Amino acid sequence: MLFRKIKEFFIEQLIFFSGIASIVFVLLIFFFLLKEGLGLFKTVGLWDFLSGQFWYPISDPPKFGILPLILGSLVVTLGAIVIAVPLGIAAAFYIAEVASPRVRDVLKSLIEILSAIPSVVLGFIGMMTLVPFIKWIFDLPTGLTALAGSLLLAFMALPTIISISEDSINAVPREYKEGAIALGATHWQTLYRVTIFGALPGIIAASMLGVGRVIGETMAVMMLTGNAAVIPQSLLEPVRTLTATIAAEMGETVKGSEHFYALFVIGIVLFVISFAINVTADVFLHKNRK
Amino acid sequence: MPRSETKVKFSLHDVNIRYKTIRAVKDLSLNIYEHEILSVIGPANSGKSSFLRCLNRLNDFEAYYHQTGQICLEGKDIYRQISAEDLRKRVGMIFALPIPLPLTIRENVLYGPRRAGMSRRNFEQIVEDSLTAASLWDEVKDRLDTLGTKLSGGQQQRLCIARMLALQPEVILFDEPCSGLDPISTARVEETMLELKEKHTIVLVTNNTKQAARVGSRTAFFLMGELVEVGDTGGIFTAPRDQRTNDYITGRFG
Amino acid sequence: MNVQIKQKIGFGVLFAATLLVVVPIVAIIGLIITKGWSAISWEFLFSMPKDGMRAGGVFPAIVGTFYLVSGAILFSLPIGVMAAIYLNEYAKDNALTRLINLAIINLAGVSSVVYGLFGLSLFVVFFKFGVSIISGSLTLGIMTLPVIITTTREALRAVPKSFRQVSFSLGATRWQTVRHSVLPFALPGILTGAILSIGRAAGETAPILFTVAAFYVPDLPKSPFDQTMALPYHLYIISTQIPNIREDYRYGTALVLVGLVLIVNISATIVRARYRRKKW
Repeated sequence: MLFRKIKEFFIEQLIFFSGIASIVFVLLIFFFLLKEGLGLFKTVGLWDFLSGQFWYPISDPPKFGILPLILGSLVVTLGAIVIAVPLGIAAAFYIAEVASPRVRDVLKSLIEILSAIPSVVLGFIGMMTLVPFIKWIFDLPTGLTALAGSLLLAFMALPTIISISEDSINAVPREYKEGAIALGATHWQTLYRVTIFGALPGIIAASMLGVGRVIGETMAVMMLTGNAAVIPQSLLEPVRTLTATIAAEMGETVKGSEHFYALFVIGIVLFVISFAINVTADVFLHKNRK
Repeated sequence: MPRSETKVKFSLHDVNIRYKTIRAVKDLSLNIYEHEILSVIGPANSGKSSFLRCLNRLNDFEAYYHQTGQICLEGKDIYRQISAEDLRKRVGMIFALPIPLPLTIRENVLYGPRRAGMSRRNFEQIVEDSLTAASLWDEVKDRLDTLGTKLSGGQQQRLCIARMLALQPEVILFDEPCSGLDPISTARVEETMLELKEKHTIVLVTNNTKQAARVGSRTAFFLMGELVEVGDTGGIFTAPRDQRTNDYITGRFG
Repeated sequence: MNVQIKQKIGFGVLFAATLLVVVPIVAIIGLIITKGWSAISWEFLFSMPKDGMRAGGVFPAIVGTFYLVSGAILFSLPIGVMAAIYLNEYAKDNALTRLINLAIINLAGVSSVVYGLFGLSLFVVFFKFGVSIISGSLTLGIMTLPVIITTTREALRAVPKSFRQVSFSLGATRWQTVRHSVLPFALPGILTGAILSIGRAAGETAPILFTVAAFYVPDLPKSPFDQTMALPYHLYIISTQIPNIREDYRYGTALVLVGLVLIVNISATIVRARYRRKKW
């Protein structure tokens, strides 16, 4: 009896500490990014870092301005979202409202397959197909452009956008739809006059999580965008994103150098962005549930 | 009736139950005597289920549950002097729908004994005795290792009774045990209840006033969280003291 | 315009959009299989790379990925399952629970390269594990935690509340109830989550970039503190860093990685499908 009580006490302690482990890990991530990153601000001002137009980490003297990287991420993300959001929402409506159950199952498993393909594989396929195609069709010196990144990232954001939108479309109460149909509306009219408004918070959340997925994506974007750290002028030029900068340069830095610190500060920037996006998206998701 | 000679099993004193702002049970004081079947009747949301579930502290898990007053089992406060686990071993419960766990018939019966750490040597005997007491043994003795969920509804409910009996509880709480059963299965469960009365104290919450009249030795009538009237079943059904009781048993509402 | 025609056009547009999504998926899988199939051979799967990785096989990368994923799941499965048990079976609806949920959402959203930075800073540098399998596994483990927690939680939620009531009513303690009336019946769902996170961990590149991945190691790893090659990183290297590699060699590597991940995912789907058919 006593032995069992002690055993249960320890198991329940373990369960409790595992429960709060997620909080601990988030704090650890933030703390260790800060620990390595703050060293940069001994020599570089925060504002200069964020608004500096030049990222020359290994020139002498080095310049650590991440504005071109922020804009690079922004351009690629905007491009991806403009493509992925309408496409994803349309596909979600087709899957949830139009497709027969059997077709729906096939479509859903295909989209699950897409979400399972590692980003490095998609990056590789993009390099082999998308990049030469863009080079040829726009007659460019290189196909490694913001556009290539946007297209592939749009593709990669689709599973997130589709599955969450579909859930929220399915969550719209049947009575709404049936009420509209009973009043003589066609299925299509019901869909764009009733269902879409019921599902709107979920669709917004889906789009935001899609943005989060795109901003954080690293490998594919590094392999496709050409990685030129200049302020982007058009979608048809090479750009460099925040994530790709970390991935491409960390291997070459010396631990404790300004460059090393600077890459961690970029990590903090990314962490803060994803934090903001995910918290806001969660607020919308909760709205949808009510 | 010679109430003074029979032992008091449960005594409730000034019990109030709230869920957030909803008062489910109001100022309830009541004794439950050994070897009686106390039938509890009343319309939906009259507080009869909340009352039943506070006897084995199953309400503890409800969100925003708040209870005041004192409940004693054989003179001991069930919140202060008995652990919840021990209380529930002594006070068994049967739910409205039969809920066999997706385990074999044998393992369903042994669920309580195993958790209580009882000696394995007696397990075979416990299985046979419990199933016999629940009048299920003859039907299932050759297939103790099939899933309990494969039995018919009436058999499932009797399996649940056997499972509960395996712990040899002193008190048995029935929470509308026949609401999902056909008349024949209901009759069998009622028979079992009358047999169990010999060794156990029974509290039966039911929506079916006829069932209360058939099996209850005493009957309590709840309305909107209030105990309106309690007395010998014969008296309640033939000469209720309160007009509301009369209205309910004659079917004017509820 | 006639409403029926409008509906036809509307549904047509939706259908076209859906095609635009799924056709490339089929095309990508088809491309990888047709172009990579010729490279797959016994030698390719089970031998070391040769000639500056332009020939030979991908065996050390397969082994490395196996080690990394095993380590990750060994770390994250117990913590993740217990965290889900805490949230679903113990936690009350209070500020702490909301904070935990917030943390899980954020863990799920953090960029994979940020996990890489974190792993570098905490495991490689601070704990002095160096660039090693253990650093990489732990980093991947923390990254897969949200997947395991969420899927386990769903599985626990799917176990009827009445099972818990029955167990409590038979005098079981809370832990006994979880252990004997909830966990056994949630097991297939938990398994699905574990398998899915294996697939996820196997394909990740960015978190292992600075924590474990080696360009080329002549020997297979012998201890958790060794560096190792890994399939996704190997594919990244041979497709960006090494010129003049035969195309089928690259596609072959991609096929091995995708094949691995898809087999893992399909087995998760099978487990889930069998489990859904079961009704309590």
